[in-house]
Amino acid sequence: MTTVGSPSIRDPEAGQTPPPARHRGLGGYLFMPAALLAVLIVLYLWVSGQELDSTEQRRINADNITTVVREHIELAVLSTVLVLVIAIPLGIVLTRPALAKVTRPAIAVFNIGQALPTIGVLVLFAVVWDIGFWPVIVALVAYTVLPVLRNTMVGLQQVDESVIEAARGMGMSRAAVLGRIELPLAVPIIMAGVRTALVINVGTATLAAFVDGGGLGTLIVSGTAAGRDLIIIVGAVLTAVLALTIDYLAGIAEDVMRPRGL
Amino acid sequence: MNESTNGPAKIRLENLVKRFPGQAKPAVDSLSMEIPEGEIVILVGPSGCGKTTTMKMINRLIEPTSGRIFLEDEDVTKVDADQLRRRIGYVIQQIGLFPHMTIAQNIATVPRMLGWKRDRIAARVDELLETVGMDPATYRGRYPKELSGGQRQRIGVARAMSADPDVMLMDEPFGAIDPITRDRLQNEFLRLQAEMKKTIIFVTHDIDEAIKMGDRIAILREGSHIAQFDTPEQILVHPADDFVADFIGRGASLKRLGLSRVHDIELSEWPTVREDASRSEALRVIEGSDKSSALVLDSANRPRRWVAAEHLRRAGEEPLGSIGLPTDAVVQPHATLSDALNEMLTARYSCAIVVGNDGAYLGIVDIDTINDAMRSMRSVERGRMRDRLIGEDDHATEVGE
Repeated sequence: MTTVGSPSIRDPEAGQTPPPARHRGLGGYLFMPAALLAVLIVLYLWVSGQELDSTEQRRINADNITTVVREHIELAVLSTVLVLVIAIPLGIVLTRPALAKVTRPAIAVFNIGQALPTIGVLVLFAVVWDIGFWPVIVALVAYTVLPVLRNTMVGLQQVDESVIEAARGMGMSRAAVLGRIELPLAVPIIMAGVRTALVINVGTATLAAFVDGGGLGTLIVSGTAAGRDLIIIVGAVLTAVLALTIDYLAGIAEDVMRPRGL
Repeated sequence: MNESTNGPAKIRLENLVKRFPGQAKPAVDSLSMEIPEGEIVILVGPSGCGKTTTMKMINRLIEPTSGRIFLEDEDVTKVDADQLRRRIGYVIQQIGLFPHMTIAQNIATVPRMLGWKRDRIAARVDELLETVGMDPATYRGRYPKELSGGQRQRIGVARAMSADPDVMLMDEPFGAIDPITRDRLQNEFLRLQAEMKKTIIFVTHDIDEAIKMGDRIAILREGSHIAQFDTPEQILVHPADDFVADFIGRGASLKRLGLSRVHDIELSEWPTVREDASRSEALRVIEGSDKSSALVLDSANRPRRWVAAEHLRRAGEEPLGSIGLPTDAVVQPHATLSDALNEMLTARYSCAIVVGNDGAYLGIVDIDTINDAMRSMRSVERGRMRDRLIGEDDHATEVGE
């Protein structure tokens, strides 16, 4: 074929549509951080204008807030990382044709994880195992494996059969098809699952306070115990802002990781 | 069956069997076949006859239950399937372009696996884009979703040719495209193949596509049994049995017309007159022929008008070039007889005017011309068939002794 004198063929279909814009505009990217910052400023000004009693001062100070926010992020991020390590490889394995038979039972098992109320699991762990950081991590992981697993499987299964056939037909090995074709094409759906897991974990991590796991939940729990609404409000608002921030960052990651051409 | 095969067999299938689990009958039941080098061999048959399964066993996307596959006398039944596939181009109906890769990356798939250098790959991609009629600078960086169906199909073919395989497998490659684009892509592909001379196995369920594209057609019945394996002409003129005749359907003669071109047949004559001739001269020409009109030619011999006797008798001094009726039904020598017939049916004098590339008059085609041509083709085929049978008899006798 290298010797073909390229019989020139006119292309009557030239001049197609330009590629559509993939990302939101700059305004779309800036709105969320600006709104969240505004909420934090309003919260700060409002708290500064209050006379804090000693109970409130013990909870609402820079040191304590930094500590509980850091603990909260640790809980949410570590549990999500563990979920990815478990759910994505599992999703890959369960979608291989050889394992088609065990797919359904496996999904059923992980469904149980999501059906259990997290607070119940935490209390159960406190009784039979321990309280603190690790029991919380395990409970969070059990709760959010399913969305990531399911999205990984759906993401891999929706890859067009003919694309895989073409790849195999050209001599790509099964591993190459997985790594170069299936996973990249599944990324948008997998990432949506990861984002869901992160947001769930940020919200659910507030329950850690009940079993001495730290995090922003401690503000809400102690505020409730001491009858101080101010502490509850600060804890609740900070949790909401953190959840929205992480969701926002995950959204950017989704945009960046989505393969071009999709 | 392969008496008329010119080249050596490029691909040889030996007692190929595919039995799918849970099915009583094998999908492919002991198929043996030789695919000559440099030809397009069409596997055609009703759906479920096993033609796609047969094709996919050649690149081992489907592993044969038993039997052997030879590629240039090398037994490839047990070699590494991935390596084998890199040597065989593969085009499928749904194309299967990788949506997250650019056109260039799509085309570069096999060269990359073969470890080509970057420059060589880039040069090859551009060359192939040119070959399929798409501007490299415009298209190499685009993504598949930015292309039309016809363009995607062109890229699918370019991708299959990327590492210059000798053998290509094509599974209904033009099946999912609108009829007009399909016709154009088929013509382009035939033009490419005239230069590439690749060995191509082409699966279709459309007998018209088979007749158009095939150097040789294997008509398959259930279990991939070969009902007939022969040239399109032979199959149309001498269907082996009722199954083949049924499959070709009615109108085999009409299909036959699509295979011959105007330049293959002897043209008929029509009375002609130059446009600067006098009316009486024109009248003489008409009266001296068995036709009721004459064709007026200009100084470059191009057909201008039809003039009939009644036009000439009517009063007036206008030159011949401006009386009578405009010419219609003009065809060129490379038109098929079926095109010519089509023109003829709507033409004023039931004939098609044949002109050369420069527009000069060459002759006419009418229904008698076509009839004669068909008759002589049939006798030629019959003669060839007879020769072959005699040849086989000789052979048999030799063996007998």
